[in-house]
Amino acid sequence: MNQTTVTYREAIKAGLAEALRSDDRVFIMGEDVGRYGGTYAVTMGFLEEFGEARIRDTPLSESGFVGAGIGAAMGGMRPIVEVMTVNFCLLALDQIVNTAATMRHMSGGNFSVPLVIRMATGAGRQLAAQHSHSLEGWLAHIPGIKILTPATVTDGYGMLGAALADPDPVLIFEHVMLYNHKERYDSPEDWQRPVDIEKAAIRREGGDVSLITYGGCLWKALDAAEQLSQEGIQAEVIDLRVLRPLDTRTILDSVVKTNRAVIVEEAWRSGSLSAEIGMQIAERAFYDLDAPIQRVCGAEVPIPYPKHLEDAAVPQVPQILAAVREVMGRHV
Amino acid sequence: MIATTIPFDREKSLALYENMLLIRFFEEKAAELYTRQKIRGFLHLYIGEEAVATGIVAALEPRDGVVATYREHGHALVKGISAASIMAEMYGKQEGCSGGRGGSMHLFSAEKRFFGGHAIVGGHLPVAVGLGLAERMRGGNAVTACFFGEGAIAEGEFHESMNLAALWQVPVLFCCENNRYAMGTALERSESQTDLCAKAASYNVNVMRVDGMDVAAVYQASVEAVGYVRGQGKPMFLELNTYRFRPHSMFDPELYRDKAEVEGWKKHDPIASFGERLREQGYLDDREDRILRDKIAAEIAEAVDFAERGSWEPLERLTTNVYTEVGS
Repeated sequence: MNQTTVTYREAIKAGLAEALRSDDRVFIMGEDVGRYGGTYAVTMGFLEEFGEARIRDTPLSESGFVGAGIGAAMGGMRPIVEVMTVNFCLLALDQIVNTAATMRHMSGGNFSVPLVIRMATGAGRQLAAQHSHSLEGWLAHIPGIKILTPATVTDGYGMLGAALADPDPVLIFEHVMLYNHKERYDSPEDWQRPVDIEKAAIRREGGDVSLITYGGCLWKALDAAEQLSQEGIQAEVIDLRVLRPLDTRTILDSVVKTNRAVIVEEAWRSGSLSAEIGMQIAERAFYDLDAPIQRVCGAEVPIPYPKHLEDAAVPQVPQILAAVREVMGRHV
Repeated sequence: MIATTIPFDREKSLALYENMLLIRFFEEKAAELYTRQKIRGFLHLYIGEEAVATGIVAALEPRDGVVATYREHGHALVKGISAASIMAEMYGKQEGCSGGRGGSMHLFSAEKRFFGGHAIVGGHLPVAVGLGLAERMRGGNAVTACFFGEGAIAEGEFHESMNLAALWQVPVLFCCENNRYAMGTALERSESQTDLCAKAASYNVNVMRVDGMDVAAVYQASVEAVGYVRGQGKPMFLELNTYRFRPHSMFDPELYRDKAEVEGWKKHDPIASFGERLREQGYLDDREDRILRDKIAAEIAEAVDFAERGSWEPLERLTTNVYTEVGS
């Protein structure tokens, strides 16, 4: 086999390049997307190919340029706004929540906002308490926006095109620890393909327990599932992919089949997306459960700087294994 | 005050006068309907400030955009949204310009290029920059006029927007309606530097200060400003000195300003003073004025009737227009 390796970063970059080449209305703006090449080197080389008007470096004005993205989208363009990291999007939260998410509704359908906002999320690079959080579940609380969390090469590439084709604001959260994630493919056509932004994906089938997760935790869940299979436990791994609107059908169908659920997410447990999913299961599949639902979530602490504490603050494979063994009634 | 000659022909002058009267009559009726509980929520009246929206929008073309605040009934009216569909919106009826979902603070019309109706102070300034950016990138020369009060200048969005607009050279006319109070907080109690033009100029934006109680002056300045923004493709900042005769909203007991101050400003009523000048110039007599007022009153009465006859959106549609429906 003559397979090539593709990284998540390369996939996103290819998706962006394809969007820029195929639609004149598409442009990218954000902090250091141009001359610097992108904080995570996703837009490296774009300035040379597409020019300053379409690869637009912005000042450190998150509210200003996210709002400008909304206006440009209402004015007929298809902007892709890059916010360096999820914590910085809090400076633009008014624009996202009060303007982008409400525009369609409060204008009675006069205006949609076809805006795409990309940002890095998650811990793992020892960037401490103001660069490492996972706030995508928090934003998934808001009606009027869509929340995507690509975790694979195909989603890194394809979700962008789907987001741009969507008439409403779409936020894409890229986990920082995935940029160097690699997958192997026979040919570019195998990963450069359209994807939907409606459904969760079953990344591994199994009949004993549903492992429900997304983003950076997907690969930890798949590692855990591999180890569990050697213990004779077949875990079904669900990659949520889209946090809003949530594909509860896929979740419930899996839980009805496996009768057990473990939800894994990097964000804090209290008031989290995993709480929402757990409640959906409780409301709609309670009598199908053979064991209480388990959650593996971030510790209730701002992300610490030292490596050992940072690792302890977010879900790791051993905790996923322990949670699954618990719901399977196999205590070690 | 010595009335100066109006530098426009009779037709233009009367059009400005009529638009100011339209806003005044609409707002007076809205206040009445609010006390009768036909209109609920917040109601922010533009009475006293009519010359500002009237003069600026008169200098725009239909293809030009307007982005405004929650005190935007007047702007919407002079941009061409019918009094009937605005009144229906304020009633919350589905025949309203925003389908009844927005209310008084969120008037919109894609057809009239009216981009709202925004109720987070300063939040719409970046949106105006984006509309200007889109226009620039698409190679057009439509102007976006963005209205905001002097209170918005304390928000970070004002500063981010002025910087972005000047940095990217976008065709946006920033119109600061300085009515001296951010709700109840006077300008000098909230800004260390009260020269608003100086703030805008610090971003390398051309500025102009205009008497916002004089519709002729506003219109004249706006023609020049819009010409500059359209011709040069650059932003500009207008400060319009004006005054609202009514409280901030219908909930406001007005404890923060002297009655004498309010009465003093009312002597500069933009409609009465312009009406006098029209008479002095032979553009208007009492009979014509009465006919005009009767016509506008009839239009407002029809608008109220339209709103009264309007229908409530069915409950089954509660969650529509959160996302764009397929096929819409």
